[in-house]
Amino acid sequence: MSELLLRVRGLTVQFPMRRVRLAGPRGWLTAVDSVDLEVAAGRAVGIVGESGCGKSTLARAILALVAPQAGTVEWRGQPVGLDDPVGLRRMRREVQVVFQDPVGSLDPRMTIAESVAEALAALAGKQARAAQAARIAETLAEVGLDPALGARYPHELSGGQCQRAAIARAIVARPRLLVCDEAVSALDVSVQAQIVNLLADLRQRHDMALLFISHNLAVVRHLCDEVAVLYLGRVVEQATSAAIFAAPRHPYTRALLAAVPHPDPATLVPGAPAESPTADVTAVAGGGCPYGPRCVHVEATCRDRRPRLEDTGAGHLAACHRWRALPPGPGTR
Amino acid sequence: MVGDALFSLRDLSVEFATPRATVRAVREVSLDVRRGECLAVVGESGSGKSQLFLGSLGLLAAGGTARGSARFDGHELLGPDPAPRRAVLGTRLALVFQDPMNALTPHIAIGRQLAEVVVDRGRLDAAAARARSLEVLRAVRLPDPEARLRQYPHELSGGQRQRVAIAMALMTEPELLVADEPTTALDVTVQAQVIEVLRVARDRGVAVVLITHDLGVVAGIADRVAVMYAGRIVESAPVRELFAAPAHPYTAALLASVPRLDTPAVRRLSGIEGQPPPPGAELPGCAFAPRCATAFDQCRASLPVLQADAARSVACHAPRHADGAVP
Repeated sequence: MSELLLRVRGLTVQFPMRRVRLAGPRGWLTAVDSVDLEVAAGRAVGIVGESGCGKSTLARAILALVAPQAGTVEWRGQPVGLDDPVGLRRMRREVQVVFQDPVGSLDPRMTIAESVAEALAALAGKQARAAQAARIAETLAEVGLDPALGARYPHELSGGQCQRAAIARAIVARPRLLVCDEAVSALDVSVQAQIVNLLADLRQRHDMALLFISHNLAVVRHLCDEVAVLYLGRVVEQATSAAIFAAPRHPYTRALLAAVPHPDPATLVPGAPAESPTADVTAVAGGGCPYGPRCVHVEATCRDRRPRLEDTGAGHLAACHRWRALPPGPGTR
Repeated sequence: MVGDALFSLRDLSVEFATPRATVRAVREVSLDVRRGECLAVVGESGSGKSQLFLGSLGLLAAGGTARGSARFDGHELLGPDPAPRRAVLGTRLALVFQDPMNALTPHIAIGRQLAEVVVDRGRLDAAAARARSLEVLRAVRLPDPEARLRQYPHELSGGQRQRVAIAMALMTEPELLVADEPTTALDVTVQAQVIEVLRVARDRGVAVVLITHDLGVVAGIADRVAVMYAGRIVESAPVRELFAAPAHPYTAALLASVPRLDTPAVRRLSGIEGQPPPPGAELPGCAFAPRCATAFDQCRASLPVLQADAARSVACHAPRHADGAVP
């Protein structure tokens, strides 16, 4: 087993809601609810779920960009948190992040090379100017950008090129873990494929771990070794990629799989998932399964008792009362 | 599904005057949309797929000009007289865009926004407009339509807003719905629902033009597909033929970049290397040649014209054969 980089235990993030009445009680919205997660060196872990399921908040809590209400985050065996600037700085040197909006994550008034240089100086310390320039050119080439583009500004590049620049900025100081928050969702499919391949290459070349957050299971399948499916802030299924795509246990995972567009009109299965598209956070105050209101397999038990994440065999975790009773498939079509 | 042409574009070109040069976004494109069919127009960012329709409807940004012919049910929309265009736009021909927040007014309740589409044009009175609003909200499968009428756009999720935008487009019972990247910003689950709503509209006889960069989403709804590259249509075919055997190397490459669940889990997706030509570029040969794995000298020297047979047309000097073999 390779070194454990990231260990998350019971991580819970809540946001205060607006009071309904001035003197009334303050409600709390639980965006991330008791999440456990581990990322070992060189592994690629996918976090999957719809908008509002808490996947970005989970990433932000791991990066200590928001303060969790409960739970711990350990980086290479040492607990990190907002109250520990030294540990935090140590972790942030080794953990970098790429966001969804490639243009918005670069400073419009800095050239691409300046943006990358800023990250290098902040993370790897001062270096001789010549060595720094060589390192930047090398990194740009590595992400598939002509180093001459380093002199350009973000608005002069396409979305795909900006995303490559954002990746260059993230990897220039050789992080151990790269967090990608919907990093390919805003891109054309042809460009998306290029970026997914780039991430796979970089991971292999530098033994870099990935925490890859996405709503599209088909993309995750090409990149990740393990997958955690998040619904309303909770992990509802967690397993190796092979296991989850061969035999998804949770009805929500199955719904996500069914929603992936199937590029073949000959064998089309019309697959619009059941109603209530949005995760309605207010609807799950009760004790039942949070997915119950949308679930096609729901029964009385599901409304009464919240299912715990249990081992369904060989470390394949699922939080569903009915996983044994579900009909086989639809796994990989 | 086959019928007469409802919307016909002939040699449509769109140009933008920039300080440096004139950029040709769309180059002599001809296509037909038949009554009741769904035509998907597929291409990467910058391929001209949106400008093609904005240009044909006189909706270009400043500096843009459209030339050629765009006929809706026999009426020329690009003539000097704006009357035919006004008579058609927003009533017989409706538009849906990528960002539903821009299509909805934030401070007006959904019910009033839907109703004013028909009331302000004097088509229906208030009571009939309300009934029609509930009908279209049901058609786009929004749960609890009565409650939606009282809600404001910010109270809805992105997918619900997009469905309201489609419902609004359906208020006037249009014959043609042009949807420009309606699912691009959405989750896969919500995307599947929006596509389902467009399919329902199509099944009720509305012709649908679906503009998208993702060949994956068109398989479930389109009857025909036109693939655009650098301002031109490079291939157009019925959906089954196109997916079964893409004739243009670009179509094949686009199809191969769609991440899918029904193939063995490979580590690498086959993307398309390189970039499309920059907007102002004028190449003597095929615009795709610099990125094409099968390009040869003729491809770089002369422009392939769109060759049509019965149902299919392709612009390539060496199209792939139906058995998938590369010449």
